[in-house]
Amino acid sequence: MTYDWPTLLPLIFAGLMGLAILIYVILDGFDLGIGILFAAAEDTEQDTMIAAIGPFWDANETWLVLAVGLLLVAFPLAHGVILTALYIPVFVLLVGLILRGVAFDFRAKVPAGRKHRWNRIFFLGSLIASLAQGYMLGVYVLGLDVGIGGMAFGALVAFCLAAAYAAMGSAWVIYKTEGELQKKAARWLRTALVLTALGMAAVSLATPFASPRIFDKWFVWPQMLYLSPLPILSALLFLWLWRQTFHLPRPDDRHALTPFLTLATIFALGFAGLAWSFYPYVVPDRLTIWQAASATESLAIILVGTVVVLPIIIFYSFYAYRVFGGKATDLTYD
Amino acid sequence: MDPLILSRMQFGANISFHILFPTITIALGWVLLFFKLRYNATNDSAWMRAYFTWVKVFALSFAMGVVSGVTMSFQFGTNWPGYMEHVGNIAGPLLAYEILTAFFLEAAFLGIMLFGFRRVSNRVHTLATVLVAGGTTLSAFWIIALNSWMQTPAGFEMRDGVAHAVDWWAIVFNPSMPYRLVHMLLASGLTVSFLIAGLSALRYLKGDRSESMWKALRTGVFTAAILIPIQILAGDQHGLNTLEHQPQKIAAMEANWNTGPNVPLVLFALPDEAAKGNKFEVTIPDGASLILRHSTDGVVPGLNDFPGNHPPVFPLFWSFRIMVGTGLLMLAVAWSAAFFLKRRHSLPRPLALLMVPMALSGWLATLAGWYTTEIGRQPWLVTGVLKTADAVGPVAGSHVALTLAVYLLLYVLLLIAYLGVLVHLALKAAKDGDTSPLPGVLNAALSQPAAGE
Repeated sequence: MTYDWPTLLPLIFAGLMGLAILIYVILDGFDLGIGILFAAAEDTEQDTMIAAIGPFWDANETWLVLAVGLLLVAFPLAHGVILTALYIPVFVLLVGLILRGVAFDFRAKVPAGRKHRWNRIFFLGSLIASLAQGYMLGVYVLGLDVGIGGMAFGALVAFCLAAAYAAMGSAWVIYKTEGELQKKAARWLRTALVLTALGMAAVSLATPFASPRIFDKWFVWPQMLYLSPLPILSALLFLWLWRQTFHLPRPDDRHALTPFLTLATIFALGFAGLAWSFYPYVVPDRLTIWQAASATESLAIILVGTVVVLPIIIFYSFYAYRVFGGKATDLTYD
Repeated sequence: MDPLILSRMQFGANISFHILFPTITIALGWVLLFFKLRYNATNDSAWMRAYFTWVKVFALSFAMGVVSGVTMSFQFGTNWPGYMEHVGNIAGPLLAYEILTAFFLEAAFLGIMLFGFRRVSNRVHTLATVLVAGGTTLSAFWIIALNSWMQTPAGFEMRDGVAHAVDWWAIVFNPSMPYRLVHMLLASGLTVSFLIAGLSALRYLKGDRSESMWKALRTGVFTAAILIPIQILAGDQHGLNTLEHQPQKIAAMEANWNTGPNVPLVLFALPDEAAKGNKFEVTIPDGASLILRHSTDGVVPGLNDFPGNHPPVFPLFWSFRIMVGTGLLMLAVAWSAAFFLKRRHSLPRPLALLMVPMALSGWLATLAGWYTTEIGRQPWLVTGVLKTADAVGPVAGSHVALTLAVYLLLYVLLLIAYLGVLVHLALKAAKDGDTSPLPGVLNAALSQPAAGE
């Protein structure tokens, strides 16, 4: 491999896109999860849960736009292939995102009698969006062209990703609330964790068996040795966190953010595993990142902007999270 | 059905729904900043009440804009993969810059602007309002740059059927871009000022005479009265720019079938493409020549110069007339309302009644204007570079028909809910008047609530 710009730029953009997807999954994961948990919460709890994500959800969703945007601008060929193949799931995802995004605002502004309706829509939209994302992941892992078995696998991953988001949501609730709701969230987390672990195991096993190429990347010596920390560490973290749920919340609410960070780490490990499996393909076994990439001069001009702007974005995102740090209080415009 | 026409309808439906909300948020951000700055300067709490009423409309519109905008970013891939394949090298960076410089900025500071009032100092809150308003405007800048490039492409070369950038300055500031940007920003300003004026007129009709109602009403009416003549001038300049760069669009807008001097201005007609002529014409002699060439014997391009390569005449002719007609009505309403407010300090009831439906006149004119310019680009997706028919994806027509039907249903329901909330907010504000509880405004941030507090 030569290290000139035409080689490096697609690689850099693949990395950036991966980063955007990972950040999206972690950040929108917790607010989609809170939407799913709406089904299990009381009226007053729902208000607190909304207050815990109100100032953030919009910026969280922007990472999805960035991820799709990077796919669109850096790998236009792959963007077309992937999105036309996933036409219906993408549509379902969008309907879900539209419903939950607007329900968020409507529920606070409609006459009091209609609030329940928008609460239900918020739950449904969050659930639909999570399921659609999981289905797309499952089908993508199997190489996009799938039969009925692949669809069933997609449905399994859909269910498990929704559970994983619910786990993220519970962990966020543990961090942002107190009292009964916090205790309830610890129980939610325990259940959701089991399903999350199941889903990650399913994807981890299906990926190598769906493609001999990926199988060879994992199960050859000495790669196996270097890669072994990924699954082992994930499993340990799962176990540890599951045990923790029996002792949450801690006295004085210490380490309230730890469950969330642990889950985020698990997501990152799983994501690293997927990235290793698919590299260098952006469409599994069909298009490599170099085949799908835009012209070098176009990538270069985007990179200049990204290098300047991305650190600023990360900085002010942190600032926004800091402004709304601490336990969630009532959200008011004043 | 044909996937091409279905995909076009779907894209049209999505982008029509989407543009309604940025049209509001672009200018409303600046209006909110104006309310805030007036409050900072005068300490008059009515300004802050107006702010809190309208920031809710902003939040709702912003959410509608975000979710419909996310849909747009997927549409390129799901329905129009040929677009990015052929011109991705140009469109990609422009879209990327929009996301990086504008989208994140708005999204991150929106939370602080909406909910951070007690969490940050008044100064930081004002700054957040500036950043959100600036972000929406910057967003418009990049999107208009890309749209204008599709209308009047420049600064690129074709290699193996794929566009490659040569001069980014020429790409961004392509020939029609400054005109379209100004026209759109003014359209946003007018949409918002009529919306504010209309909902305030509703409060007025309900007997609300509170200070915050007057402040919003005056802001809306006077802004509209100032912007509308500027918009008419800007629109005229935009038209002359189109005449220079896209004469076939002008020919279709004017339903002028033959190139020549002394072309009349067609006020009413039913253009018939098969017969290459107009039915039931009502015309002003030499009008089109006068408007477009500033002389009675000026030569105006006709459709006969562009056989098989011009946009459909009927929709263009009518959408253009709807836009212009709405604009003239806006002029009449804004100026008479401004007159009454200035001289009589009151609104005659019929005028107030007219202003309520006129709250949506900006939407109507904006949509009609966009239909004119976008349908006017057909049959090209990127003028002279890529035909719309060559960009459509391999998705089955039945799939597109299904998704289109669901989108339409969803959009209709959401629009009803949105308008319902606007009216509800206005009526609620009318009922509360000046008695609504007012938050304390401090120049320092309140301490953040600690755990357990």
